Amino acid sequence: MISVRVQEEDFDPGAELARLEALGGGALASFTGLVRGDGGLVEMELEHYPGMTLKAVEGIVAEAVHRWPLLGVGVIHRHGRLRVGDRIVFVGVTSLRRGAALEACAFLIDWLKTGAPFWKRERFADGRTRWVEARAADDAAAARWTDR
Amino acid sequence: MPLDLLYFAWVREAIGKDGESVDRPDGVETVASLIGWLAARGGGYAEAFADPSRLRAAVDQAFVPLDTSIVRAREVAIFPPVTGG
Repeated sequence: MISVRVQEEDFDPGAELARLEALGGGALASFTGLVRGDGGLVEMELEHYPGMTLKAVEGIVAEAVHRWPLLGVGVIHRHGRLRVGDRIVFVGVTSLRRGAALEACAFLIDWLKTGAPFWKRERFADGRTRWVEARAADDAAAARWTDR
Repeated sequence: MPLDLLYFAWVREAIGKDGESVDRPDGVETVASLIGWLAARGGGYAEAFADPSRLRAAVDQAFVPLDTSIVRAREVAIFPPVTGG
């Protein structure tokens, strides 16, 4: 059971977890990414490539399904304007055992950071805006899965 | 065949539009040479495309290295490194 959504609206992580729990695995791992308010940030705008985003995320999920024995995967990635504390992304993975669920969850969020066409722009309390720059640490986190 | 170009994030802002359709000139056969051709237009294009090492691309909605051929491409997107998740 694979579900991938790219949407502007908020989502309910509890509903996603319940859907994955019902698939009968013994392990469910999930990650929810939220807008951080450090440095005076008040808003984050996520731009994306509408013609490509869903395909790119589905490709990343297909890679996870290929690597681990998963019973279900749920990925939701938002775009548009988000405030501090808002949910940005959800990854949920269920498997028979914890190892596959935890690893696949970490893999998915690492690859979503570097392999899906989203760009974040931050807006601060004093009116400044800036495009978030890709971080070498994120590339390194994604790359650790390519050696396996 | 017209080539659809798409720009995202600060590339889009520097150029002042999110895309356009162009006729690919002879000799412009890779993403990198397309970037050079666009940069030569000057203004916001020169600013956006000054440093190809800061740019990434997708050809027909798949990520590619900048040395990828665009001879048969329908759509080329040029953008900064992605920052999702």
